[in-house]
Amino acid sequence: MLKIRIKFRKYGVMKFVGHLDMMRFFQKAIRRSGIDICYSEGFSPHQMMSFAAPLGVGITSDGEYVDLEVHTTMPSAQAICALNAVMPDGMEITGYVRLPDNAKTAMSVVSAADYEAWLKQDYEMPKELCEYEALQKKLDAFFTEPKEVLVTKKTKKSEKVMDLKRLVYDFRILQPQERYFNRPAFYLNVCTGSTDNVKPELVLEAFFTFSGVAFDPFAVQVHRRDVYDMDASGMRRSLLDAGEIVGEGEN
Amino acid sequence: MKKLALNDEILLKIDKPARYIGNEINSIQKDPAKVDIRFAFCFPDVYEIGMSHLGMKILYEMFNRRDDVWCERVFSPWPDLHKVMKERRIPLFALESQESIGSFDFIGITLQYEMCYTNILQILDLAGLPFLAKDRTEQMPLVIGGGPCTYNPEPVADFFDLFYIGEGETSYDELFDLYKKAKKEGWNRREFLVRAASVPGIYVPMLYDVTYHQDGTVLKMQPNTKGVPETVQKQVVMDFSDAVYPTKPVVPFLKITQDRVVLEVMRGCIRGCRFCQAGQIYRPTREKRVEVLKKYADEMLRSTGYDEISLTSLSTSDYTELEELINYLIDRFKDKGVNISLPSLRIDAFSLDVMKKVQDIRKSSLTFAPEAGSQKMRDIINKGLTKEDILHGAGLAFAGGWQKVKLYFMLGLPQETEEDMRAIAELANEIAVRYYEIPKDQRNGKCQITVSTSFFIPKPFTPFQWARMYDKEEYLRRARVVNDAIKAQLNRKSIKYNWHEADVSVLEGVLARGDRRLAKAIVSAYEDGALFDSWSEYYSHDRWMRAFAKAGIDPDFYTMRERSEDEVFPWDFIDDGVTKQYLLREWKRAGQGEVTKNCRMQCSGCGANRYGGGVCVENQNQVS
Repeated sequence: MLKIRIKFRKYGVMKFVGHLDMMRFFQKAIRRSGIDICYSEGFSPHQMMSFAAPLGVGITSDGEYVDLEVHTTMPSAQAICALNAVMPDGMEITGYVRLPDNAKTAMSVVSAADYEAWLKQDYEMPKELCEYEALQKKLDAFFTEPKEVLVTKKTKKSEKVMDLKRLVYDFRILQPQERYFNRPAFYLNVCTGSTDNVKPELVLEAFFTFSGVAFDPFAVQVHRRDVYDMDASGMRRSLLDAGEIVGEGEN
Repeated sequence: MKKLALNDEILLKIDKPARYIGNEINSIQKDPAKVDIRFAFCFPDVYEIGMSHLGMKILYEMFNRRDDVWCERVFSPWPDLHKVMKERRIPLFALESQESIGSFDFIGITLQYEMCYTNILQILDLAGLPFLAKDRTEQMPLVIGGGPCTYNPEPVADFFDLFYIGEGETSYDELFDLYKKAKKEGWNRREFLVRAASVPGIYVPMLYDVTYHQDGTVLKMQPNTKGVPETVQKQVVMDFSDAVYPTKPVVPFLKITQDRVVLEVMRGCIRGCRFCQAGQIYRPTREKRVEVLKKYADEMLRSTGYDEISLTSLSTSDYTELEELINYLIDRFKDKGVNISLPSLRIDAFSLDVMKKVQDIRKSSLTFAPEAGSQKMRDIINKGLTKEDILHGAGLAFAGGWQKVKLYFMLGLPQETEEDMRAIAELANEIAVRYYEIPKDQRNGKCQITVSTSFFIPKPFTPFQWARMYDKEEYLRRARVVNDAIKAQLNRKSIKYNWHEADVSVLEGVLARGDRRLAKAIVSAYEDGALFDSWSEYYSHDRWMRAFAKAGIDPDFYTMRERSEDEVFPWDFIDDGVTKQYLLREWKRAGQGEVTKNCRMQCSGCGANRYGGGVCVENQNQVS
């Protein structure tokens, strides 16, 4: 049994396919690709597969990960080709590494994610947020300068007060670019994982509200750049670094 | 990347946006500039239901094999999206191109059950077409209907420019070629339709006039245009093994109702149950060669990545090479994490043995469909199954470790008495007794027997097409008789009883055997908000009764009458392969409780042997 980690992108119309459907999608894609995956025992065997961090519907990503257990492996380059040959538009495999046998699952090591977010083309940028310099000042007042930034996270069952200073590692304004429709955008690096999890929409909503602008979640495109493992000293590490590329003749 | 027909905001606000984005594996993209015919294949129900339908997959494959046709899929927008599309005037679009279907050449709508009729109007409405074919103009798409409900197309005849009666595999090429010729030579819409009416299987409603007797029954139906045939021949594909099959079916992102590879092993049924429409309209029974099926299984599992394969037909136990096929599937795929699902198997030693190999018996339940509780009723409906067969099968199953059994019955069958209703409860009890006869230390607690009854609905082209139905109150009374009888059984605690909704059955009965006059009521119901009538949460019986009243229609006329032998039916202009004399003979034999043997045991002379194939020639082949 070998442990494999795959990195992929999800973009375009695929952002409307939810996490549970993505898991089922991958199970079929793996079968189509001919990857020699391991199955559990029993009457309804399932593939040995686990995802790093669920991605919400509507969000695109350049850094998604799934771990597999396989009997045998092709070289990384060949496996990437085999997988991409069975992917639809909006899905792209960008990495394939073999993990050490004692590696922890991606799900258990993910601790941070970075995002960018911008207003979609059809939506007008509120004038309070149009200018890069002014926006930067507002962000300083909202996030950079205060000692704590408390927001209330509402779930179906409860309300929880969180301090964004502790859970948001970085929050910046990005210079206008074509892909942001020439308007300023936002960069966020937040705590992600099973214990503490911050959704970028929540942070943006708090900032918009602070700036006196109503937050329309449908107006904002959130894009996940990557998710990371973090070591004790707070150093971020790419999830692919945990493994090695499988070269020709190594399988 | 393709621009979607719906914007992000709409897609993120509605339920399951993946229903509307297309882009699935094996879906087909073409360059619109390089095709001659744009075909929107619509299934008038939600994505998860429509995507499970085999017929649509077959025709999608067949149409798209032609370079000059681009066939795309359309499903009914769910009520949440329907509302948005109406408010914002968003036209109905096809999944592949995301383009409005209002400018396509054909809008094809498959009619699988009567309760989808208001969803036909939703498609036309959102596509921007008038409901009535006669009101459509030259540039509008041709609306063509197909599927089992077209064996009585009359209730929806006014909505369609044409229908295709029978199996799609045979005549579409001819129709498409004719359409291309029409375009090239500049025929107008009517000219095309008149010529299309001569293509085998094509029915153009506006080219026929119907007149009625004073009592409301049909006097006659005849062509109103020269050269249009009086009867329409159902289509049947006779080289069944080599007929087109979708070996690369579209793989949905969403979990759909039948989320697996589907292998059609056989079409038609040798059994001739007298209530069953499928058993008549798909005659003669035809099988696919086992080698073809093995090849398809390999190809389809590979092209889709599914981890489950299901054998499908009306009665898979009657497939002659079943054992070889199942053994092949088990040997080849069981260790590769592939589940094998076997619906519609008769319960016997062989099937139980197979099921033990392919499923977890602790979790699975076994299904029996005796359809009627008493032997008298089973003989009337020609269900060739005795109480001994059922008890023996149940006994084998219990001995094999199963303890959950599902039983399906119908209520409201011809000649049914209270005694016959109570026999349902008694049969369920006897099955439970069979279970409790197993010594306590060898069985695993209680057995669970689930009894379900639906209400019998007479369908066109069945021996019971002459039969009457009952009103809602009478159906519910019959369900109560069964319920009370179950409560009186010794093993009542092991038996659970469910019955189908009665008012929906009455409406289905009206629509199944109705005539052209019903179109008005269907339009009226839709305009009053009827949609997704097959979904109980959206069905309103009062709304339909209002629609009938407004259209001046008495629904009882269609349901409460037993038809006389010489009545002309609205569907009599279709030649479905079996003769009316045969159906009448069967109706009379039912009256006498006489059983008719299945096609393999003895030919009943239904008329389908004129096709010269399938089960009708099976034995001859063996002899020669």
